[in-house]
Amino acid sequence: MSEPFLIDELLKIRGLEVDFDGFKAVDGVDLDVKVNEVHFLIGPNGAGKTTVIDCVTGMTKPTEGSIRFDDVELRGKKENSIVKMGIGRTFQTASVFEALTVEENLDLAASFRFSMLKLLRQRRGTTDAVERALEDTGLTDVRDKPAGTLSHGQKQWLEIGMLLCQDPKLLLLDEPVAGMSPEERTRTGDLIRLTAERCTVLCVEHDMDFLRRFADRVTVMDEGKILKAASTVAEVQADERVQEIYIGKGRGIEEQTQEAGA
Amino acid sequence: MSQFAKSFLPSTRGEWSSRATFVGVAILFLFVFPAWLSDSRLDLMSSYVAYAIVALGIAIAWGNGGMLVLGQGLFFGLGAYCVAMYLALVEVGGAPNLPQFMTLLGSQETLPALWKPFNNLWFALSAAVIVPVALAATLGTLIFRSRIRGPYFAILTQALAGAFGILLIGNITLINGTNGITTSFSEIFGLKLAEPEDQKVLYTICVIALGVAFLLSRQMLKSRYGRLLLAVRDAEDRVRFLGYSATKIKVIAFATSAGLAGVAGALFVLVGPKIISPASVGIIPSITMVVWVAVGGRASLAGAIAGAILVNTAEFEISSAAPEYWLYFQGALFIGVVAFAPQGLAGAATWLKSKITSRGDSGATSTAKPVEEAA
Repeated sequence: MSEPFLIDELLKIRGLEVDFDGFKAVDGVDLDVKVNEVHFLIGPNGAGKTTVIDCVTGMTKPTEGSIRFDDVELRGKKENSIVKMGIGRTFQTASVFEALTVEENLDLAASFRFSMLKLLRQRRGTTDAVERALEDTGLTDVRDKPAGTLSHGQKQWLEIGMLLCQDPKLLLLDEPVAGMSPEERTRTGDLIRLTAERCTVLCVEHDMDFLRRFADRVTVMDEGKILKAASTVAEVQADERVQEIYIGKGRGIEEQTQEAGA
Repeated sequence: MSQFAKSFLPSTRGEWSSRATFVGVAILFLFVFPAWLSDSRLDLMSSYVAYAIVALGIAIAWGNGGMLVLGQGLFFGLGAYCVAMYLALVEVGGAPNLPQFMTLLGSQETLPALWKPFNNLWFALSAAVIVPVALAATLGTLIFRSRIRGPYFAILTQALAGAFGILLIGNITLINGTNGITTSFSEIFGLKLAEPEDQKVLYTICVIALGVAFLLSRQMLKSRYGRLLLAVRDAEDRVRFLGYSATKIKVIAFATSAGLAGVAGALFVLVGPKIISPASVGIIPSITMVVWVAVGGRASLAGAIAGAILVNTAEFEISSAAPEYWLYFQGALFIGVVAFAPQGLAGAATWLKSKITSRGDSGATSTAKPVEEAA
């Protein structure tokens, strides 16, 4: 698994189309995510960003187009086999197993390649991957607490930690800092920076400040289409059309950031 | 001592106390009840013990897996009919002879093909488990793969139990319809079902079966798989997007609950009323089974056993004292549990235990464990 990728684009989406009963949520999207970059996907609400992620992970079935990961077509594959190919995702609202402890959450994530027979055995101790994730996420102190008792921020970190346990090639983050306090944002940023050292990241986010600090490249979407294909943060900020879609809908990018950050 | 042997030794105070409780309850069932209860009451207790095995399965599928199985009567009935057919053939001296009801009805000339393999004890016993498991695995795969869950799943299982009851009632010539199959005058392993001494042995067999079922179920719930089952109950999508097949996880729990119901059915026809009829397998019995587990505490295996045995004992006592009041009592019990103790007896016990320990060592270690630990 650690052998170098033969292609530059880890994820290659072409002509992606999702039709929800006549409503085109995604309409002819092309997107390239390069190996080891942190790629941000931004755009106003309803632009279809999350739908793109849903398509990559197999949660939503596209009507047209192709999604190639590591040069293998993902369309038609089941969610769990896509995960096993090395694609992890978070959800907009952190989704962790609230009845289980933090450690158990991480352990289940780390055991995802076990056979059913092996899963029927009792867990004794933890693996290195779990210990490392506890450390990375700063959750060592609460390892024995039920995940349901964690704060919103901690849950997000736990979810990212769970995915890190799986050693993915591509991590899809869906608004990882939404609803977080400034300190939580900084810690999430640090965690994502750490993540980026190990795998490629595609991140859906609104927060412009966050984007400026962490994005290698940015793709802007609007109304299901690509408004501006992969470019640097500066290029995106300078683009008039990008400014217009945010301002045109009554909210500037910066304004939105402040709101979300407040 | 090997690592393997060591793993059976308890390591914490909690484990010691649950081990002690298990031994205490085992002594109660294996020695105290046989000495204390009359022959007929002990025989009835055997059937409650069989019911407790159904309850274990419901605690796994519903309490831990979030699948409200409202049709366990189907699997219970399959297990029961498999063994009852064997017993009905033994009663008349084996295969070429027709079971009594067929002779009485004069409906069949020769033994129907369906009956023939059930002349073999081992076939009948294995079928009692394999048929329910295979059926549940097949249905489960179809149901869970198409993401049917929640109330839709519950209604579906209930409809299956209802359909099974109707199927049985409709087949008078083949399996005696509404009247069912009576097994009182038969025998198994040389044990006469009507003989009090043999009934004591059968009672012990039921108790041991329950003990084994309990330990295996507990092992299952304590494993990683058990954690995954809780995970599927609470956040199925997250499980799927960690790379697991949620369908597989749910099918295993559903099939296990069906297998346990099959075992329970197989034991049930050997003891107690010694009859299996559509009245014990349809919609109403299936709901009653869930009520036992709700009363006992749905996530807890020990609670499920306690619920099955206590509710059935109460039913017997109340119905023999004042037959007309049992249904009201059962209804009130169910409402009471739902309203005041959603985690049932097991939840109440955990709460009580945490109260006592917190008074004992001034609350230092009184983090109330989640209910599933009460298993």
